[in-house]
Amino acid sequence: MPKPKVAFYWCASCGGCEETVVDLAEDILAVVEKVDIVLWPVALDFKYRDVEAMADQSIVATLLNGAIRSSEQEAMARLLRRKSRYLIAYGSCACTGGIPSLANQFPREQILKFNYEDAPSVVNEAKTRPQLVFEEEGRRPHLPELHHVVRSLDQVVDVDYYIPGCPPTPKITQAAVTALLDGRLPPKGAVLAPDIALCEECPRRDSKPTNVVFTAFKRTHQQLLDPQLCLLAQGVVCMGPATRQGCGAQCLAGNMPCTGCFGGTDRIKDQGAKILSSLCANIEPKEVADINKVLAGIPDPVGTFYRYGLAKSLLRRKVDLPGNNGK
Amino acid sequence: MDKVNGNHDVRIGFYVCNCGTNIAAMVDVQAVAKYVAALPNVVVSRDYKYMCSDPGQELIQKDIKEFGLNRIVVAACSPLLHEHTFRSAVEAGGLNPFFFHMVNIREHDSWVHTDRDEATAKAKALARAGIRRVARHRALEVKKVPVHPDVLVVGGGIAGIHAALTLAKSGKKVYLVEREPSIGGHMAKFDKTFPTLDCAACILTPKMSEVGAHENITLWSYSEVVKMDGYVGNFKVTVRRKPRYVLEDLCTGCQECISHCVYKEPKFPDAFNEHLGKRKPVYIPFPQATPQVVLIDPEVCLNFRRGVLTDKCKKPCVEACGDRKAIDFKQKEELKEIKVGTIIVATGFKTFDVGRMPQYGYGRYPNVYTALEVERLVNASGPTAGDVLLRDGHHPKSIGIIHCVGSRDKNTNRWCSRVCCMYSMKLAHLLKEHTEAEIYNFYIDIRAPGKGYEEFYDKLLEEGVHFIRGRVGEVTDWAFIPEEEGKLVIRVEDTLAGVVRRIPVDMVVLATGLEPHADAQNVRRLFNMSCGTEGFFLERHPKLAPVNTFTDGIFLAGCCQSPKDIPDSVAQAGAAAAEALVLIDTGHIEQEPNTAYVVEAECSGCKSCIPLCPYTAISLLPDKKKAYINEALCKGCGTCVAACPSGSIVQNLFEDAEIFSEIDGLLEPTSV
Repeated sequence: MPKPKVAFYWCASCGGCEETVVDLAEDILAVVEKVDIVLWPVALDFKYRDVEAMADQSIVATLLNGAIRSSEQEAMARLLRRKSRYLIAYGSCACTGGIPSLANQFPREQILKFNYEDAPSVVNEAKTRPQLVFEEEGRRPHLPELHHVVRSLDQVVDVDYYIPGCPPTPKITQAAVTALLDGRLPPKGAVLAPDIALCEECPRRDSKPTNVVFTAFKRTHQQLLDPQLCLLAQGVVCMGPATRQGCGAQCLAGNMPCTGCFGGTDRIKDQGAKILSSLCANIEPKEVADINKVLAGIPDPVGTFYRYGLAKSLLRRKVDLPGNNGK
Repeated sequence: MDKVNGNHDVRIGFYVCNCGTNIAAMVDVQAVAKYVAALPNVVVSRDYKYMCSDPGQELIQKDIKEFGLNRIVVAACSPLLHEHTFRSAVEAGGLNPFFFHMVNIREHDSWVHTDRDEATAKAKALARAGIRRVARHRALEVKKVPVHPDVLVVGGGIAGIHAALTLAKSGKKVYLVEREPSIGGHMAKFDKTFPTLDCAACILTPKMSEVGAHENITLWSYSEVVKMDGYVGNFKVTVRRKPRYVLEDLCTGCQECISHCVYKEPKFPDAFNEHLGKRKPVYIPFPQATPQVVLIDPEVCLNFRRGVLTDKCKKPCVEACGDRKAIDFKQKEELKEIKVGTIIVATGFKTFDVGRMPQYGYGRYPNVYTALEVERLVNASGPTAGDVLLRDGHHPKSIGIIHCVGSRDKNTNRWCSRVCCMYSMKLAHLLKEHTEAEIYNFYIDIRAPGKGYEEFYDKLLEEGVHFIRGRVGEVTDWAFIPEEEGKLVIRVEDTLAGVVRRIPVDMVVLATGLEPHADAQNVRRLFNMSCGTEGFFLERHPKLAPVNTFTDGIFLAGCCQSPKDIPDSVAQAGAAAAEALVLIDTGHIEQEPNTAYVVEAECSGCKSCIPLCPYTAISLLPDKKKAYINEALCKGCGTCVAACPSGSIVQNLFEDAEIFSEIDGLLEPTSV
């Protein structure tokens, strides 16, 4: 019996998700033994045409990481959707847009202008920008086009399962792959991580008093953090209460707050709005001026509350309709 | 038919009310009924002239039986008016009353629109939202919670006094909390009352003594409410009792301590007399003060230094008190916690700060007075024993009374303070009686709509008091002609004669308006009330619930709700007391089952919800480490539901599925 075919692919991502697959360490061998990896650009050389040549639905599962922000990524997402029985959004970027989707705060033109003209390290007097097509030595190479907006995978194609995390931990990756190979799959659309917030598995949970109210918000570099005490009780924004568990609270073990990479639970529509309404409701001052002083402790609210999920949030993006070129 | 909630087929009856022409004139009710009839799960759809009438309710009950309906939607007025009516009708028809949903197409639609087609389209959208929502409704149960029979009255002015006495006489235990050392409020400072010219003290002080003596009233003066928890029927209130350095139970009010104080003469400005008179560090605010207990002002008493006990005075007061041992310099403030079922807020008003209108010269010219100062000046027990002796030592021969100071003015307060016209005329009468001076009233309009008020105005005109119509521009001592030398000149445009006048007078009285207390916002928050833009506490309905607030069990009386005169304050206080009695004598309240609950398997135990609950209904189960909501304490405010960061708290009647179905229904395009 032929081994089931599995593919790994990356779109707008940092490579950290690929690292997790490698982090399975010797366990990866067990996986490799059971499957036939037909596509894995980070490790093995394949060409687009090899994938195009495969029969539709011939890949059992594709684990795709990264958000979709270019024409090439969209084309590959559509292609792999067609070739795969299960398309799995792997990691925060594919699940909810991830860090790259923070770019949705800015119009495309502003991003291009900054990166190719205004950034302090750029020297580009001719104001040259990447072209979609150009001519050189008789060849006409194509470059992918940058979309106006960064999208999660399921905003482009139908997705069967989600494995969250930035990156997903080896543990939940292993569990998901094993479930897949054993055919023990939950209903379509499920997130393959426990549907309960992180605090439940956080070793600091019991240290949180029942009457935490905020008089100031501090960032991690602004004070020495008690390694035992709940970070919210220390005035540090911890996304744990609004974030799905499954990571084993590793950041907390490293004395850093949860930044929310596993996304919200199934029951909520907007992770950022939820933690905001919880934190803001517990701010002690009642007068606007005093409240603003407390909020000044969070200089980048979108980056704090929507770090991994802007694309899939209710905010989604700054309005930048195609045609008005970001003006 | 669709199955929703997995329990049974959903069969909806829909009724759109004409409300006479209130709705039907602006909404095509037949078109709405026809449109809704075609929506999924709708079995019956009708329009009817008055759904709230008996035949309207019977129609619903008949249809439930005939068509086997199990959900009812009525599109009519605000649920505030008739939700209860229709829930009862649905229950009488054999269904759980919460399988009902009310859609508001009157206040939210027909009354606020002018385009019939648009209003009809909106009614269809609202009805569709209700149809979608009601399919998700679950059967719920109404719970009864007992009402604690004790009442808290906050504020001991005439409104608070009257409310407290009314309740006490009907046998209820009342806590009356007053911030000042004595009850009596503003009325205690007045000389006479308009229009009957009754002596204010003569009619007020018997009521004050009655409060002091009544066995059902616990009077806590010099005290403030600092915290309120709980809900209608079961409020938990914390009261701070400020130290008077005199033990209330032991002081007999003999005032020997005052006469023996090391200060032989009164030296310090006396707030009760609007700082026109003086008092000693140990004092009683006024002769009829209730309770008859002295107090010591630690800011000026020699036994303290700036409020801190030094014990350096030889304390003749203690010696004078003798065996009674009522003076206790070590007294500390006390926090008292009480349980009450209902609360009457009667915190009153403050008079307009005339410093905001410097053109009238108050503080710059000694002979400019506020009306309240004049009340003390003409009062036989006032600082001058009723002699109108000006600050410059003269008796006035001419007096100008300026109306609407801090009222009806977009630069200060826009509202009419209602009492100033009448009290200005009363002061005009009293000043004339005391001084025989020429009196000029400067008014915008005379507002005298009360019983006997217009007649009082007529009487003043007959007495020869002058009335000049016009808002005063300024008060100045800059004389143009010799007759104006040494006088205060009132510059005003006489709008009846059409000329600008300069009227020289010896004394100016500013008829200051009424405004909310400086700390009214804190009081509002303390009792979970709302207020209007001007800052007066908001009644639940301006016509039909004028003493209720939006918080059940908390009622309003007197000027904290809006400026009003004594008869209106007393009437409102009586009404507030009656509302409290209704709750107490019913003995229980029916609790809307819109309570929230924690889904234990989903809760992470993050504790975010616990400090938020205004009713302290949420606790952490110590063994399971999950949040738990005590349903008896939950009032369904939804705060925890919105704030739960993992979406693990559900509120009955406001489940996500219900709300999102409603939104989906509302936003779906209407095909006409």
